[in-house]
Amino acid sequence: MGEYLFELREITKRFAGVEVLHKVSFNLRPGEVHALLGENGAGKSTLIKIMTGVYQPDEGAIILDGREVRFSNARESQLAGIAAIYQEPSLFPDLDVAENIFVGRHPLKAGGRVDWHRIYREAESLLTSLGMQLNLKRKARDLSIAEQQMVEIARAFSINARILIMDEPTSSLTLNEVAELFRLVRRLRDEGTAVVFISHRLEELFEIADRVTVLRDGYFVDTKPVKDVTREELIRLMVGRKVSSMFPKQEVQPGNVVLKVEGLTRDGVFKDISFELRKGEILGLAGLVGAGRTEVARAIFGIDPPASGRIFIDGKEVRITSPRQAIALGLAYVPEDRQTHGLVTPMNLISNITLPLVGRFSHFGWLDQRAEINFALSMARQMEVRAHSLWQRARELSGGNQQKIVLAKWLSTRPRILILDEPTRGIDVGTKAAVHELMSRLAGEGMAILMISSELPEILGMSDRIIVMREGRITAQLGREEASQEKILHYATQSLEEEVTR
Amino acid sequence: MTAKRADTMDLQQRLSSNPLLVIARIRETGIILVILLLVLAVSLRSPSFLTLSNFRDILLNISILIIVALAQTMVILTKSIDLSVGSMIGLTAMMVSFIIKQYPEFSPLAAILLGMAVGSVLGLFNGLIIAYGEVPPIIATLGTLSIYRGMIFLYSGGTWINAFEMSKSFKLLAKGTILGVPHLVYIAFGVSVLVYFLLNHTRLGRNIYAIGSNPDAAQFVGIPKKHIIFAVYLLCGIACGLAGVLWASRFESAQTNTALGFELQTVAASVVGGVSISGGVGTVPGVLLGALLLGIIQNALTMIRISPFWQLAIQGLLILLAVVVDNLISREMQRSVRQWNR
Repeated sequence: MGEYLFELREITKRFAGVEVLHKVSFNLRPGEVHALLGENGAGKSTLIKIMTGVYQPDEGAIILDGREVRFSNARESQLAGIAAIYQEPSLFPDLDVAENIFVGRHPLKAGGRVDWHRIYREAESLLTSLGMQLNLKRKARDLSIAEQQMVEIARAFSINARILIMDEPTSSLTLNEVAELFRLVRRLRDEGTAVVFISHRLEELFEIADRVTVLRDGYFVDTKPVKDVTREELIRLMVGRKVSSMFPKQEVQPGNVVLKVEGLTRDGVFKDISFELRKGEILGLAGLVGAGRTEVARAIFGIDPPASGRIFIDGKEVRITSPRQAIALGLAYVPEDRQTHGLVTPMNLISNITLPLVGRFSHFGWLDQRAEINFALSMARQMEVRAHSLWQRARELSGGNQQKIVLAKWLSTRPRILILDEPTRGIDVGTKAAVHELMSRLAGEGMAILMISSELPEILGMSDRIIVMREGRITAQLGREEASQEKILHYATQSLEEEVTR
Repeated sequence: MTAKRADTMDLQQRLSSNPLLVIARIRETGIILVILLLVLAVSLRSPSFLTLSNFRDILLNISILIIVALAQTMVILTKSIDLSVGSMIGLTAMMVSFIIKQYPEFSPLAAILLGMAVGSVLGLFNGLIIAYGEVPPIIATLGTLSIYRGMIFLYSGGTWINAFEMSKSFKLLAKGTILGVPHLVYIAFGVSVLVYFLLNHTRLGRNIYAIGSNPDAAQFVGIPKKHIIFAVYLLCGIACGLAGVLWASRFESAQTNTALGFELQTVAASVVGGVSISGGVGTVPGVLLGALLLGIIQNALTMIRISPFWQLAIQGLLILLAVVVDNLISREMQRSVRQWNR
């Protein structure tokens, strides 16, 4: 029925009550490469997991060959001919290359024995046909990232899928490997396979895709033939919204340089990172997920010390090898993942707020509870935390209020340099504004803030200056006036090779 | 691609230059070495140690341990643990012994089947609450450890069954010999072959490794994780049922404290044999060697007249040592692989 091989109709998906996809539609024709495009958090990965049965939609229909289907797990979608390469590494480190290709559906001999001969034989011929050279007996844990990617690709190809989904397959491949991959994709397409292709490198979409669908904040924006759109148009579709006045960064005359980083490098993660941060300044660190921004922050804060490079605080060179030392030097780091790094979720609010300061409230090992409670209360008031009581457990709060508690905790150490990693991810608009107001006030009081954010409006609205990172390097430093969403996206997505050829 | 080849060589060089990684590669050889050293040291002090009959004793002593340790290994490979093995053994031993007492003509083979049936029910319960009830394995099996042990008291009323109440044929089940080798050793060998086959040549076995190696990815490739976790607990129960019958036959008694604390030994044999507590890593030969090492230590301590209380302490020490070595190895591996990737 109809021209489509596979169709998603008005898919809605919620996680813990938060809607991440709102009536999103997507369709695939046989023999086409259909790109899925959107900013970080636009809902691409969730949509893909719905296609492969890892998640089930709350509303909407999935239609394959004109018939409505329901996949309750990944196996069912595989049997229906859908294969996927996920963004997250999904290899089995303790299994070898050949087995990783066939895991979950080992070919069997009569009598139910695993047919190891066939596994190695087919893996061998598969890798050869894909032009990959890998020792089949090597354990996945010994492979490089690019080699792991190759195995994942081989696995997807081995299913003989009619529908192949590739979530950022090129992010860790070299130019040659990408060309090789595209050759394969074209071959499959010509044989009638439908390919869903996700990449942040727009150039790649123009090279390989026939149609493109843009998502934004969980909404469907548009589906267009690639030949009818320009790069600028795509960026506009992805970004969509106007930069609102929701982000009230006060003008502050920046003071002395308080933090200076020179040539910070950790092999393969980030390279040659240098910047300065001044008193009263908010420095925005933009880039795509995986560009190495969080890793830089963790390095500065002493969690994963860098291999080389120098850090200066107030002009004096320091070596920071532990967070404890960083805190003593006046740094604070509010991590991205509140649940795992920022909060002790089963503990109550008082304990969470005073956690870094317990020493201040203890006398010879005894905790002065009254002082602790009073302090927590004043911080919670200041941050306008909405909770039933201070004795409520942190995990029972909303995302926004959790973020306030995390901020309260770190502000209580009176830092001079504050590193915020995605300070408003996953929190509602009202709280967002409150967090922004607070950041602005803190900067006004002379705090130096390094803000990592994947939300361009936030970066543009809050930052005095902006650094853009891509693939572990700084690709641009922009002043507040010259920065625009288009410019930032340009520097964040352009592939390294392209820059070289330019 | 040629550049990649060079990288690979580089990694292999690095792997072989680091002593910790070398140990990792040849874990089994390491255990064999320790065993040889131990044998040498003990036989110098006690000449009766290195005799055929003593070796047969050791094998007889570790046979039941091997059966249960292999079952425990399957559980640990999936990142879980079964602490209730001792109680499952005790309960089957008691139930089967009561039957044997009442019906002396009950065939030993039927007793084995009955024991495995009892064990499967116990394992089934563990599997249900862990795989489908999603109770953390430590808590769940700690619970059933007490429940099953309590059931032994309820069932037996606190009494015990001694050698005079058992039929001769039942007592011969474990200790009878073929070609001078006790039945028990044959059974343990048979179970080893079965488990080896299961882990290496069936889908179930490979999925067990996959789940322990990367649970999230297992979901992506459509491995039915819950069913497999359920299956390993069920298999563990069946193995304990078998072990319970053999235990009653071998020691010619069933008491309320039969196999009390046996879970420690099974975990020790697995972990010392190179099974990773974090799942995904471990082999049957490794576990056999681990059990052998434990058996030799036990035997040697008796030979050179060291108090049995030391045995427990030494077992505990061995587990800690094995886990520490394991951690060092995996940290070192991650580090070298990461360095090389970048």
